[in-house]
Amino acid sequence: MTPSRNLGLALAFAALALMYALPAIAPRAIVQDLFGILTLLVLAMNWNMLAGFAGLVSVGQQAFVGIGAYAMFAAIILLDLDPLIGVLIGGLAAAAFSIPMAFFAFRLNGAYFAIGTWVVADIARLAISQWKALGGGTGTSLPKGTARDMAFVEQIKEMLDVSNAAAADALTYWLMLTLAVAMLVASYIFLRSRMGLGLQAIRDNENAARSVGVDPVKLKALVFLLTAFGTGLCGALAFIQITRVTPDAAFSVIDWTAFVIFITVIGGIGTLPGPIIGVMVFYALQRALADYGTIYLIVLGCLGIAVMLFARRGLWGLFTDRTGIDLLPLTHRPPQPAAHKPEAPRAA
Amino acid sequence: MILIDTLAQGLLLGGLYALFAAGLSLVFGIMRLVNLAHGDLIILGAYLILTVTTLTGLHPFLAVLLAAPLMFALGWLLQTHLLNRVLGTDILPPLLVTFGLSVVIQNGLLSTFTADSRKLTAGPIEAQSLDLGIVTLGIMPLLTFASAVAVIFALNQLFYRTALGRAFRATSDDAVTAQLMGIRPQRIFAMATGIALVVATIAALYLGTRANFDPSIGPARLLYAFEAVIIGGLGSLWGTLAGGIVIGMAQAIGASINPEWQILSGHVAFVLVLLIRPRGLFPRAND
Repeated sequence: MTPSRNLGLALAFAALALMYALPAIAPRAIVQDLFGILTLLVLAMNWNMLAGFAGLVSVGQQAFVGIGAYAMFAAIILLDLDPLIGVLIGGLAAAAFSIPMAFFAFRLNGAYFAIGTWVVADIARLAISQWKALGGGTGTSLPKGTARDMAFVEQIKEMLDVSNAAAADALTYWLMLTLAVAMLVASYIFLRSRMGLGLQAIRDNENAARSVGVDPVKLKALVFLLTAFGTGLCGALAFIQITRVTPDAAFSVIDWTAFVIFITVIGGIGTLPGPIIGVMVFYALQRALADYGTIYLIVLGCLGIAVMLFARRGLWGLFTDRTGIDLLPLTHRPPQPAAHKPEAPRAA
Repeated sequence: MILIDTLAQGLLLGGLYALFAAGLSLVFGIMRLVNLAHGDLIILGAYLILTVTTLTGLHPFLAVLLAAPLMFALGWLLQTHLLNRVLGTDILPPLLVTFGLSVVIQNGLLSTFTADSRKLTAGPIEAQSLDLGIVTLGIMPLLTFASAVAVIFALNQLFYRTALGRAFRATSDDAVTAQLMGIRPQRIFAMATGIALVVATIAALYLGTRANFDPSIGPARLLYAFEAVIIGGLGSLWGTLAGGIVIGMAQAIGASINPEWQILSGHVAFVLVLLIRPRGLFPRAND
């Protein structure tokens, strides 16, 4: 472990502690802003696992966001459950949906896979538009006071001495932050594990990986299922904050997939810190160009193209190439040579 | 009776989708490039025709003759300066570059032309129809279908009867060996994308005269087009026409049961075909 890496990790932990303390010290608007960023970050980390490590370029992640959101709404409105249980159900529903989706999409390769997942997401959107109990095509809202009655809101309210709404914001913010941290830690552990090594081996050369006994379909399916769960949780949590769901908003390819793809690509696809860097760039762009309508989207698209042309590993890849610093390295040292020394060559 | 009418309408709608898909199929077949911006390029073509008609007062059918060379040049430039640089064994860069292009075109159109719905006006021909006894068919849908068949016939002739077509096929089969025979794949690819955008302009003409369009509708057209290409099978142009017809018919049947089911039935038909035949109906090449 190098000193620079220690310093980097110490800084990262300090930043994390500050982020956890934020609802106590910062105004509500900032907490809400950060919640939006964290949502995109969690989605980006999930997509990065899929596309960057498992080689599954999905353009259908909005399916899991939408299904997570709708399952959460159904749990609250139809079953009268606590929203936090609703979020869990949202994640599970998305994971459950990913199984039939995988059976279909895994028959398709590469580009076919991208289009196939997109079509399945559109099918999910159109099918849910037919669900009249949740408002059909026009959508529905959470019942009034849902956020206020959520578990733990009362305690947070007393602890921080704030209004109900601010306490609910703080709770969803902490949950999303925890989800992001959990996602990062889980990805790191997974990718450093035997399975993760197998996954990267498949990405780099599928035939070679198979020849040493890695089962590509099983590993990819596992990643697809787990990221569907993470994406579903994230979608459900995001829509507690939004409080209103419509098929078009919940299954929006731009909001839940296009942004996420650009964030990952600009930050550095196939690197763990990439999505974090990408989401910062995205937020900075959005704020800097807020007054010029959709210009930031054009800039974002151009940046994404430029990264693909000139720096395939994104900004984080550039940074590690230049400085040699890698906070979350995924490379393994080659095995040490055998203990006994080879015999010295004899003089001829 | 109603069923025959529905099927006939679906068949003609399939012609429109085949037009959306033909350019995509050509590019996909020759260089395995998945152009996620194809739908938005069609919409760009529609706005280009619109601009030509407003500037010159020409009829849309004549304005296409001016718009098509411009779109060809755009395709050539895009391929030479952007897409050729990201083609390779890794499918991620071309996917992401064209996805970026899609967002750029969409929002560029939005800030230039606003989100208002526009339409190309073709005059009295829009309302005319042909009574065939069993069914009555609109002239515009018939013309669309005829154009689709003509475009696909022409592309096939180009593909199998000309030196350029031979170069297309050779590059598609094995780009390295083609290079040894004096073919420059990069030039061939640029030609292919140029031609694809000319076809996209023809598609844009019918898209714009038959219904309203706005900058946001590109991605949905891309999905229909891709469904047609994939159902038809990689590299088969007539297959693409068949794929378009499958989607069109499925949509028409779905819509006749419940208007809300139109798009859904098209997608479901796509999924069903792929579950039965993962490589499409008439695959020519291996991918």
